[in-house]
Amino acid sequence: MRVNFTVNGRPQEADDVWEGESLLYVLRERLGLPGSKNACEQGECGSCTVRLDGVPVCSCLVAAGQAEGRDVVTVEGLADFARQRSCGTGACGGTSLDEARQWQAEGTDSQTGEGSGLSPIQQAFIDAGAVQCGFCTPGLLVAADEMLERNPNPTDADIREALSGNLCRCTGYEKIMDAVRLAAARQSEGV
Amino acid sequence: MDFLRPASWEEALAAKAEHPTAVPIAGGTDVMVEINFDHRRPEYLMDLNRIGDLTEWEVGEDTVRLGASVPYTKIMENLRAELPGLALASHTVASPQIRNRGGVGGNLGTASPAGDAHPALLAAGAEVEVESVRGSRRIPIDEFYRGVKRNALAPDELIRAVHVKKADGPQQFSKVGTRNAMVIAVCAFGLALHPETRTVRTGIGSAAPTPVRAKAAEEFLNAALDEGGFWDNGKIITPSVAKRFADLCSAACNPIDDVRGTASYRRHAVGVMARRTLTWTWESYRGTRRASEGAA
Ligand SMILES: Cc1cc2nc3c(=O)[nH]c(=O)nc-3n(C[C@H](O)[C@H](O)[C@H](O)COP(=O)(O)OP(=O)(O)OC[C@H]3O[C@@H](n4cnc5c(N)ncnc54)[C@H](O)[C@@H]3O)c2cc1C
Ligand code: FES
Ligand code: FES
Repeated sequence: MRVNFTVNGRPQEADDVWEGESLLYVLRERLGLPGSKNACEQGECGSCTVRLDGVPVCSCLVAAGQAEGRDVVTVEGLADFARQRSCGTGACGGTSLDEARQWQAEGTDSQTGEGSGLSPIQQAFIDAGAVQCGFCTPGLLVAADEMLERNPNPTDADIREALSGNLCRCTGYEKIMDAVRLAAARQSEGV
Repeated sequence: MDFLRPASWEEALAAKAEHPTAVPIAGGTDVMVEINFDHRRPEYLMDLNRIGDLTEWEVGEDTVRLGASVPYTKIMENLRAELPGLALASHTVASPQIRNRGGVGGNLGTASPAGDAHPALLAAGAEVEVESVRGSRRIPIDEFYRGVKRNALAPDELIRAVHVKKADGPQQFSKVGTRNAMVIAVCAFGLALHPETRTVRTGIGSAAPTPVRAKAAEEFLNAALDEGGFWDNGKIITPSVAKRFADLCSAACNPIDDVRGTASYRRHAVGVMARRTLTWTWESYRGTRRASEGAA
């Protein structure tokens, strides 16, 4: 079957989708957006987290056909999504599939955070050293970004709760906590 | 496989009548796991996400009509006062991502003995509104669970809503697991005080082939509270009464040994949760009584 939906602000069409296929599979294998990771395919790890009509979900548990006509944001579109949120108008465009496919972490200057194709939460993860192997990172970024949108001044308990569906095998979570606290502090200072 | 996309409830009923083997998919948090792991290859998958009514709820005089697909997150955010037991249970389900998708209709559809909504629904008192092209009926929650992962739905029926009694007193939910998030219950316990009818209701999860009420325990406690005038005098429940209640709740279990826990551990843990939830709810009942007497 064919599925039409919006990914990172641009309309996309996926063809030859098997009816039992997950949204995660379509994103990775049909649209060439491997940012969302496939680790467990059973909702346990959160590494496939995307936003579906704004709501964080495990894309491995959404049937592709359920995404028909809906709006998906993946980690590849997170920087633009965050930029649009701060420019507030929605006139900033979205991420084309080619741009999204070529996405690279630039602007890793941890001192200035300059020139970046990075959202504030991505920059904070780099600055706080919250990325080791990086497999969990995309899901955590999407989940953390959504929490900061909803709750700009989270307590540690709020952060733990919001990220409780995302597993990390490397960091022991402390640096991830640091990163989210850092992003929250920068956000409230308007940096 | 065919993917059916009914745009309305009527269309969904018609599709289910035409293809009784069609598997409805709401949040997908049970169905997709089975498909991803090739445990299930339905001929038809029927998406319920297009049916807006299913994600709505209505707070009535005595009951809340909860659409089958209202996600757990919405229950936690919006129905904490009306359905405290179910809101607490919802909060223990999996993770935010799962709670954003999964809901009570899917929990009832799967009818796993470990489903967290069940003890809360049993304790609060609820009816499941199901419908087919043949008509609509309401199944009392006590009659809904028919065996391990089996429920009372006919092949052409769909769950439309759950009618849950609004809380008329304190309710609690307790769950044993290895950590706080992302845990399937080793066992779980729901308890609701119903001061209006002067009754207590219970629900036990993951400690029998189906979710069950501890009816003998309820009867014992109702009689003991009545005899001692506890609802009026608001005294602390005698430890011997609480202990007997807990023992009877353990006795209502019919658990198995599995990877998550042994039968004897489950029986023991249910007794502990029964005593604790009784103490918590009763303390809260006494508190509101004192407050309302103080105000009078
Ligand atoms: C990682 C993970 C952790 C989990 N942890 C928990 C937990 O802690 N506690 C818990 O209780 N559950 C847990 N679950 C299971 C699941 O999230 C719940 O059972 C949830 O309530 C299912 O709802 P859903 O809308 O996603 O159901 P779906 O997967 O869409 O459907 C589940 C079943 O119900 C049927 N169904 C759905 N809607 C209807 C309807 N309207 N009419 C008739 N049949 C219907 C479907 O055909 C299917 O058989 C977990 C799942 C995952 C993946
Ligand atoms: S891959 Fe989806 S939650 Fe693990
Ligand atoms: S950085 Fe390796 S899993 Fe988190």
